[in-house]
Amino acid sequence: MVGALAPAGAVDGEAPGGTTVEQQRRRAQRRHVVSRITLYVVAIIAALLAAFPFIVEGIITFKRDQDLFGPGNNPFVYNLDPTTEHLDFLFTDTGFMTFVGNTLVVGGCVVAITLLLALPAAYSLARLPLRWSGALGITIFLVYLIPPSLLFVSFSRLVANLDLQDSKWALVVLYPTITVPVSVWLLLGFFKSIPRDIEEQAMVDGYSRLAAFWRVAVPLAFPGIVAVVVFAFTLSAHEFLYASAFVSSSAEKTVSVGIPTELVLGDVFHWQELQAAALLVALPIAFVFNLLLERFVSGFTMGAVKG
Amino acid sequence: MRAGPADRDGLLARLMLLPAIVYIVALVAVPFVVAIAYSFSDVTAGNPSYDWVGLDNYRANWDDPVFRRSLWNTFFFTAATIALTVVLANIVALVLTTDFRGKWVVRLLVLLPWTTPAALGAIAWVFMLDSLLSPIDWILQQLGLLGDGRHMVWLGKSGLAKGSVIGVQVWRLVPLAAVIIMAGQTAIPDEINDAAAVDGAGFWRRLWEVTLPLTRPVIAVAVLFGAIVTFTDMSVVRVLTNGAPVNQTQVLASWAYVKGIDGGNLAQGAAVAVFLLPLLLAATVAILRAVRRWEVT
Repeated sequence: MVGALAPAGAVDGEAPGGTTVEQQRRRAQRRHVVSRITLYVVAIIAALLAAFPFIVEGIITFKRDQDLFGPGNNPFVYNLDPTTEHLDFLFTDTGFMTFVGNTLVVGGCVVAITLLLALPAAYSLARLPLRWSGALGITIFLVYLIPPSLLFVSFSRLVANLDLQDSKWALVVLYPTITVPVSVWLLLGFFKSIPRDIEEQAMVDGYSRLAAFWRVAVPLAFPGIVAVVVFAFTLSAHEFLYASAFVSSSAEKTVSVGIPTELVLGDVFHWQELQAAALLVALPIAFVFNLLLERFVSGFTMGAVKG
Repeated sequence: MRAGPADRDGLLARLMLLPAIVYIVALVAVPFVVAIAYSFSDVTAGNPSYDWVGLDNYRANWDDPVFRRSLWNTFFFTAATIALTVVLANIVALVLTTDFRGKWVVRLLVLLPWTTPAALGAIAWVFMLDSLLSPIDWILQQLGLLGDGRHMVWLGKSGLAKGSVIGVQVWRLVPLAAVIIMAGQTAIPDEINDAAAVDGAGFWRRLWEVTLPLTRPVIAVAVLFGAIVTFTDMSVVRVLTNGAPVNQTQVLASWAYVKGIDGGNLAQGAAVAVFLLPLLLAATVAILRAVRRWEVT
């Protein structure tokens, strides 16, 4: 790359206009250094802007009340000794662990239901002879666009009729309305990317179509399944509208509603507990996403390109 | 091909598809129709019997200044969010598709706003923008831009509160858009960029004449997803401002919630949310056209 920038006349060490190869190279090098510095500066600014509230969350988690509320106190340093009393309070005297537990239960159930419904549907649309499979695939994806703000009106009657008011199980019933359409779309792309020959060979070897699906296609679509699991699980931690509309008792809340509602008592914000809780939920999810990012990107584009 | 196995496959195809279809029809299609039917009725949480009232709810909403402000805010917030997000996401995507030391950490931090539940991201900003404790105010004070002991009261003034909502939406959408755009940028063959570099094209020329034109389709996808997410989101407004000051920052989704759940008037809530449909319909058409274009190429 650097060599390519030197003009052809410079081969013998003397470039036109009196500049030597040495000068050319130095200029290219300087340009390279400048571009690297710009890159790092932009990267650091982007990271700081994105992480700014989380950095502050991390700092104030360990702040004493007098430090936090002291007028004019520097918010980014400890003006008084840091303390873990608020963190202890979060774990022992608030519903935080209950919210985390509820989120895990709801997330686990939603993942299971989503896979149970979406895996066979996606395989069927990708592989089996259905005349309207293309249109059906797109229709299922478009279902995702129907806004929850409209659906919750009907759901509030549905939840009442199912006698699931104020129960996390209402969320287990409702969340797949969001996860199933997206997951069918995602898995459709993964199944289409598996060569047909592999399953056909298995069927020649005596597998039934169902066995070929379960024993051959599903294991090969494993990256897609991982993406679906992560997506369905994080949705259960993210979703706010249904969770706040249909669950109001503290014992049944999930993290996204429990933390902002239960750690604010009337007008009193328990800032340290609140921010510690938000950070403790945010970090693990970001970690998992970071590990699976490439897989997600390729999954979504595959679904789109080959849908 | 013999008829037997193909027929069996056809039956199996329907059986495998059936559970998902039944679930989607029962829990999305039917509730969707019911919700629209509710918007022409007087159904409330307390009194679920259905009486047709025609366009009364729509008329009542239209006469309500808060509804009209919510409608305007929804479009305004979405447009402003998308415009800022596209520019910033392209920059972030360019950075993250380049190799450098510490990229892993930068990527993790940049992703945080998107992977954090929106309500919890918003609660972090409630502190950042607090009327007394705001660390941003403190920085402004140190820089001399804000007098000692004075405060911006970000969430208490109409203009600043609207700006704050847009700011938080941009903050949480840039990572999503950047990830989508990255997928497009990594798909550009290295030879094209190398060839342009050999021809003497500098960074800006390559950006304008190679990268941006070639990633236009994915940028469109990012815009589409970003618009849908912002347009239908109620959690940021709900947690950050809860409509404050006096319903100045209400959007359709949050106002539908206030009407339907807080107020128990399901019919009017539905009539508010119905106004989300035209834009989503437009998005649907755009997606279908994009899909068709992909299938052609």
